[in-house]
Amino acid sequence: MTRTCPECEGPVELAEPVRLSEIAQCADCSSELEVIGLDPVALALAPEIEEDWGE
Amino acid sequence: MRPLAVLASRVRYEEKRVFAALERRGIPYAHLDTRRFSAELGGGTADPPYAAALNREISHSRGLYASMLLEARGVPAVNRSGVIEVCGDKLRTSLALERAGVPVPRTVVALSTDEGADAAERLGFPVVAKPLAGSWGRLVAAVPDRAAAETLMEHRAALPSPQQHIVYLQEFVDKPGRDIRVIVAGDRVVGATYRYGDGWRTNAARGARSEPCPLVPALVEPALAAARAVGGGVLGVDLVEGPDGPLVLEVNHTVEFQGFQTAHGDALDVADAIVSYALEQAERDGSGPDDPPGGEPAAPPGHDVGAALGGTR
Repeated sequence: MTRTCPECEGPVELAEPVRLSEIAQCADCSSELEVIGLDPVALALAPEIEEDWGE
Repeated sequence: MRPLAVLASRVRYEEKRVFAALERRGIPYAHLDTRRFSAELGGGTADPPYAAALNREISHSRGLYASMLLEARGVPAVNRSGVIEVCGDKLRTSLALERAGVPVPRTVVALSTDEGADAAERLGFPVVAKPLAGSWGRLVAAVPDRAAAETLMEHRAALPSPQQHIVYLQEFVDKPGRDIRVIVAGDRVVGATYRYGDGWRTNAARGARSEPCPLVPALVEPALAAARAVGGGVLGVDLVEGPDGPLVLEVNHTVEFQGFQTAHGDALDVADAIVSYALEQAERDGSGPDDPPGGEPAAPPGHDVGAALGGTR
């Protein structure tokens, strides 16, 4: 499935099944994107890394 | 069938593998995005909404409190909040490892930056300074000498968080360009990888390359002991090869495994091992996924929701 990058309008390929909160990267502008909706599939810029993130 | 909850605000390679493992087994689950999670206290433990909660939350704070809130409703969490508390603090981890007799690098903690350079000097340069909380090798510094230690302490003192003024120092172990990640699920070692980095930090998040590492008793024993010491669960134990054997560096409570899984290919399945462990906990501590409350409809596999846990009035 292909969607449009909200940052640069480049094509973003998403492997199916697409998941809510899934992270994708735009191959054109390298923006990190998040799937924020599934019906229809919608992308937004992903949140910036926070101080307490990790494993 | 009571569903399994999977907590994740960020669905990455690992979470997708977990979802796929659940779907292969036909286990009903609910993906809970912790950014849309709330819970009223007072609900008790009589009617837990989930068979178990598999906590894959990337935010330490949200992950910790999510496990606490779900445990308060009788939901067994993987990992348990007590484990997350210990693993999320390097000093608490070190103290747990020390109590269990797990081999670790020499460690010194100073309770103010004023004492930090003297403490480093007593430990002996070079040392490694680590923030008490944090992951992916962030803000970890190799400190070669007294001048560098004093400079680092000035920077630490300028940081606003009081926790950054606690100075956690370890001896610099001259490792052979790699460290070792062992993934543990309960009493079982899932596997191990060497992690090779270009610099002295060998975190996968910093681009380290993973290769399979043979499971030998000298590695398995300290890894299992470390996992038990922090309370057990699904854990990523990081070790470094010291001159007298492996030393445990840290224990990770939300283990990332993309490089690990890629290195092992089809030889093992980390996500499947995690799911197996979560189901074991559901059977042991909860009512189990096959013991539904009367008449409750099955959750469709993989429905994606926020969640509000109600209390009682």
